[in-house]
Amino acid sequence: MKSYNVIIAGVGGQGIILASELLALAAMEAGYDVKKSEVHGMSQRGGDVVSHVRFSEKVYSPLIEQGTCDLILAFEKAEALRYLHYLKPGEGVVVMNDLEIIPLPVTAGEDTYPENVEETIRNYANLVVVDAIKRAKELGNPRVANTIMLGVASRFFDIPEDVWIRVISNRVPRKTIEVNRKAFQLGRSIS
Amino acid sequence: MRLLLSGNEAIARGAWEASCHVASAYPGTPSTEILENIAFYKEIKAEWAPNEKVAFEAMLGASIGGARALVAMKHVGLNVAADPLMTSAYTGVNGGFVIISADDPGMHSSQNEQDNRIFARFAKIPLLEPSDSQEAHDFVKLAFEISEKYDTPVIVRTTTRISHAKGIVEVDDRKEVPIREYRKNPEKYTMIPAYARRRHEILENRLETLKNLSNSIEINRIEEGDNEIGIVASGIAYQYAREVFPEATFLKLGMPFPFPDDLFRKFSSMVKKIYVVEELEPFIEEQIRILGFEVTGKEKIPNTGELNPQIVRKALKNEDLQGIPVQKSVKRPPAMCPGCPHLGIFFELKKKRINVMGDIGCYTLAVLPPIESIDTTVDMGFSVSSVHGFNMARGESSAKKSVAVIGDSTFVHSGITGLIDIVYNRGFSTVIILDNHTTAMTGHQPHPATGRTIRGEPTKKLDFVELARAIGVEDIHVVDPHDLKATRKALKEALNYPGPSVIITDRPCVLLPDEWKKLQKNPKKVVDQELCQGDKCGNCFRLGCPAIVWKNGKAFIDPLLCVGCDLCIQTCPFDAIHPEDET
Ligand SMILES: Cc1ncc(C[n+]2csc(CCOP(=O)(O)OP(=O)(O)O)c2C)c(N)n1
Repeated sequence: MKSYNVIIAGVGGQGIILASELLALAAMEAGYDVKKSEVHGMSQRGGDVVSHVRFSEKVYSPLIEQGTCDLILAFEKAEALRYLHYLKPGEGVVVMNDLEIIPLPVTAGEDTYPENVEETIRNYANLVVVDAIKRAKELGNPRVANTIMLGVASRFFDIPEDVWIRVISNRVPRKTIEVNRKAFQLGRSIS
Repeated sequence: MRLLLSGNEAIARGAWEASCHVASAYPGTPSTEILENIAFYKEIKAEWAPNEKVAFEAMLGASIGGARALVAMKHVGLNVAADPLMTSAYTGVNGGFVIISADDPGMHSSQNEQDNRIFARFAKIPLLEPSDSQEAHDFVKLAFEISEKYDTPVIVRTTTRISHAKGIVEVDDRKEVPIREYRKNPEKYTMIPAYARRRHEILENRLETLKNLSNSIEINRIEEGDNEIGIVASGIAYQYAREVFPEATFLKLGMPFPFPDDLFRKFSSMVKKIYVVEELEPFIEEQIRILGFEVTGKEKIPNTGELNPQIVRKALKNEDLQGIPVQKSVKRPPAMCPGCPHLGIFFELKKKRINVMGDIGCYTLAVLPPIESIDTTVDMGFSVSSVHGFNMARGESSAKKSVAVIGDSTFVHSGITGLIDIVYNRGFSTVIILDNHTTAMTGHQPHPATGRTIRGEPTKKLDFVELARAIGVEDIHVVDPHDLKATRKALKEALNYPGPSVIITDRPCVLLPDEWKKLQKNPKKVVDQELCQGDKCGNCFRLGCPAIVWKNGKAFIDPLLCVGCDLCIQTCPFDAIHPEDET
């Protein structure tokens, strides 16, 4: 059984916790031991949000050690950079939403938004950039952007597709099961 | 059945299975979800209490009344409940009594990172420390049994990474335990000195018995590996140490107090070198040193902040797996929400350069730029009592320039006695109650002034105006904080009033579902780029509304973030902001 360390990162309100819940449930259904960790509370008020998900034969720490992460699933570009040093040097993967969310300190002129995010990441990792919101709109529901992102990431894990579909169908609103299934499969076909 | 549960969900499930009958708490990260989840089980009477002391006492009362009772709180909550805690160790229990203390190493959402394991030693009651969700579930059940068998309250201590991390839990069904008979027994439950002296003896003897339990209980165990290195660990630190030392021999402590002396002696004879891996205080290390053993602990492992596997690896193996340098990202501090009802009052306080004795809640974020209006934050209720002291120090004129700000939930928690102090001692301070109709910070729990219980049932609503009047406050103002003119007027009058004043800013949190729906109907606001004076003015930006951003030296309102309130319109001296449909 393989071991996976996955970081899911983004900004408060983007649905990080649900995405990490779906990954953890899919891994559990697929027979792995799973742990995941994130922080609730203060950090949700527009701040950055991160969830660590680990699955393998047996998991001890719920936190991923720096230098051991297999994949970063980033819903926002600067958030991918924030955790880049967690990746395994040379063999890590970054699946990144093509989206910039500008925080207050940048607006206030106290900080600058990082430039050349994609080049920086490519120096250290394999990068897949996904225009998830545009793709989701094409499917008729901008809110399935996260499901597309999960679909892209899913190709890198040994979890059967039917397990994914089952877990997602159990968790999303009834009326959106079909569009979420399509979104997941669309993501899974992106390379 | 196997479920993916957070530590908090697992505690709730374990309590239900253990036939917990009643539970109470005051919210506080990272403990809040324990009661929220317990409230889903109809067999358990679940309540939000006004504060942790009340929750604790209610549950001790329930235990004396024969029920299995659970009380949950964040670490600093146990400070508030410390008075009954210390003496409950003397009285002991009737029905099982379990205290959950959820600590926050690293202060993800707290004002300090005290290590509450020390409370167990201080009160002389047993301490269980789960290291994952499964143990959180199992240990709560065990805690009820220990509590009844040994006639003692039991502390189950989690940390943020236990409470909020999820793992797979094998769950069970509820096994109903009847409410125990209540027999009057003042010598056990009435702690006058004569009886308390006897109970103290009993407590000391009980501690000896519990030490035997600690030496033999299954959750304190030696996990044999190679004999070069032996590691003593409990709670989340065990998992980090396991990650870094997969081959070592472990003394895994699920019950670190009372300390299992004999078990430790056996363990120490099996290994060449001993490391103690623990977060925050050298709690285990000190107990080992008292036995006369040399170990490596806090000389290598930091006693501030959270641990994680890389800290443990660097400290004890001098290794670092990180190969990619840390990249510069961007600061993303938490902020109050667009349209937050707290924004208006701080805008006015900042403008007048008022000294603001602050408190704890979403509004504490007003200390950060661009609002920067709060002078102090210490503990819940501090604002009200401390503004009185501050004005005592600085004289009557200080009251014209100083206020206390306190949230509605926090005021109920521990602001009321402070207000009584101001009135009783002929003070002249101004107290501003930020009434957003909820406990927003911890995720919107109801409280006594919302008129709803934990399960949403209607109940008596605490009326702040009547309360203030009953306390003896004569100058009382109720304002809508989204009406800046009215807010300004109330502030001016209250500050100049020669006596105590109370201002209640009355407007629901924008994230409350009803309020959110209402706001959706409002037109978004836009900035006329011609009229906006941009960098020369910056007035609207000082409001601290995250929807107002700066583009090319001018204000711009992000339509995705704007909730359609009209606070910003009132801040603009050039009439540059208006509703979108009017442009
Ligand atoms: C003794 C103690 N208990 C609980 C907490 C956690 N906590 C901090 S502020 C707060 C209440 C916030 O509600 P309110 O005062 O209504 O302000 P709001 O967040 O709604 O603006 C809570 C529960 C704490 N810091 N200290």
